[in-house]
Amino acid sequence: MTYLGWLFTGENWTGPDGILVRLAEHLGYTALTMLIAMAIALPLGAWIGHTGRGGVIVVGLANALRALPTLGLLVLLFLLVGLGLLGPLIALVIIAVPPLLAGTYAGVRNVDPAVVDAARGMGMRGPEVLWKVELPNALPLIVGGVRSATLQVISTATVAAYVGIGGLGRFIIDGLGQRDFGAMIGGSILVAALAVVADLVLGGLQRLIVSPGLQQRAGPKRPPLRLVRGGEASAA
Amino acid sequence: MRKQLLAGLLVVAFALAGCGGDPLAGGADTDPDVIAIGSGNFTESQLLAEVYALALRDAGVQVENPVAIGSREAYFPALQDGSVDLIPDYSGALLTYLDQEATAVEPDDVYTALQAALPPGLVLGERSEAENKDAVVVTRATADRLGLRTIADLAPYCPELTFGGGPEFQTRPDGIPGLARNYGCAFADYRSLDSGGVLTVAALGSDAVQAANLFTTDPALEQNDFMPLADPAENFSAQNVVPVLAERKAAPEVRAVLDRISAALSTEELLAMNVEAAGPDKPALRTVAADWLERKRITGGGA
Repeated sequence: MTYLGWLFTGENWTGPDGILVRLAEHLGYTALTMLIAMAIALPLGAWIGHTGRGGVIVVGLANALRALPTLGLLVLLFLLVGLGLLGPLIALVIIAVPPLLAGTYAGVRNVDPAVVDAARGMGMRGPEVLWKVELPNALPLIVGGVRSATLQVISTATVAAYVGIGGLGRFIIDGLGQRDFGAMIGGSILVAALAVVADLVLGGLQRLIVSPGLQQRAGPKRPPLRLVRGGEASAA
Repeated sequence: MRKQLLAGLLVVAFALAGCGGDPLAGGADTDPDVIAIGSGNFTESQLLAEVYALALRDAGVQVENPVAIGSREAYFPALQDGSVDLIPDYSGALLTYLDQEATAVEPDDVYTALQAALPPGLVLGERSEAENKDAVVVTRATADRLGLRTIADLAPYCPELTFGGGPEFQTRPDGIPGLARNYGCAFADYRSLDSGGVLTVAALGSDAVQAANLFTTDPALEQNDFMPLADPAENFSAQNVVPVLAERKAAPEVRAVLDRISAALSTEELLAMNVEAAGPDKPALRTVAADWLERKRITGGGA
């Protein structure tokens, strides 16, 4: 139990190397990575899913990227672009893109053809079909992709501490070097907790933005869902 | 729960330690007429073991081919239980391994303290001048610009510089705290990288950090034109290369050969051998060792 004391020592939380700063760095890296990765993967995935062109190649390529060993990638990028955030950021984006791309592509691709047909029958054009019909229907899978990518980025940002940047990984990497096992265990718990909390928040967000019609099929009916449905209905 | 975990880890550790010594399994004493040489599992240690082996063989002593065993935690027990008879080691690190409270830093003090700390049945050869120890390293450009020769020269500039090194260097007594205590040097920032590894070398080379912790015989020093700064306040304890051998194998002719090697070896010579071994054509360590012995005229006379 003595090792857990690290986590509950106030002075470990404050200061320029404290938990709060590292936590903010970790969240910052994650948010930045996700923004860049979503800016790349969401339009690309939607376009491929909508047109049906190039799906096999792009999704295959993205999945091949998943096989890259993270640590090797980090060290390689460090040697190529040097010390700083750029190298780890590229590595993290490479890790975040595949689940986002797969989720968006699959989501748009798997919208019920009858629904798309009906939209076209009502006179909608291609972009309208994509924005008003395909994307809203694809949202559960897209958000699923975002959740899975976020989890991967939060966990992988830990490894990025190996190449000299901040974040919660510092406690784990430095703890190992300095034989400070309290910091290692505390850092690991923080990363795990951050991942769980981030997923819960995104799960809540999913309930807010996904059409209630789609959620009813997906989840069990519970009272909180009705509240969400009411809010969504009034907003729509 | 924690005790169980600890016990589990210990079992694994012992299993791994067992693996390390596997080629030498049996633990029984080696052939009384043959010297078994071991080493750490890194280039320089293996190189030194080859030097010892070739020179002893040349002097007519029977030796087995050196075996790279592992870390000190693995090879030193092998030396103690008689699985191997001779190992090249570094005075300061071995002293700390044997006596964690040791305070000696100066080469002769470390050597004397090490002799006292050595378990019975083991003896030291003469120490060489060659040291593979921690150093504060800057690029030659930085050294020329700021006029640096020693860490003391660096001290006034420390608050403007970022330092790079392994995570442990930040808290080790002779790391950042030692530099602050002995030289009043407090760096602007610390970049936690790897211990004397490729990241630190790359960061120093690209000026992402302006000073770094590397080792005095690291071939990267020569390859990148890095300059280790002298350590007049003896912040880093001495790490002289010294042969450690089993007393029962320490015949006078064996000791004479080892002492000749120690006398001929310097930090520059050791660095040069490391550079050669890390060269583009990756020569066999034995070739590098043989070349050096011939250059130093330690072998070649009788062979």
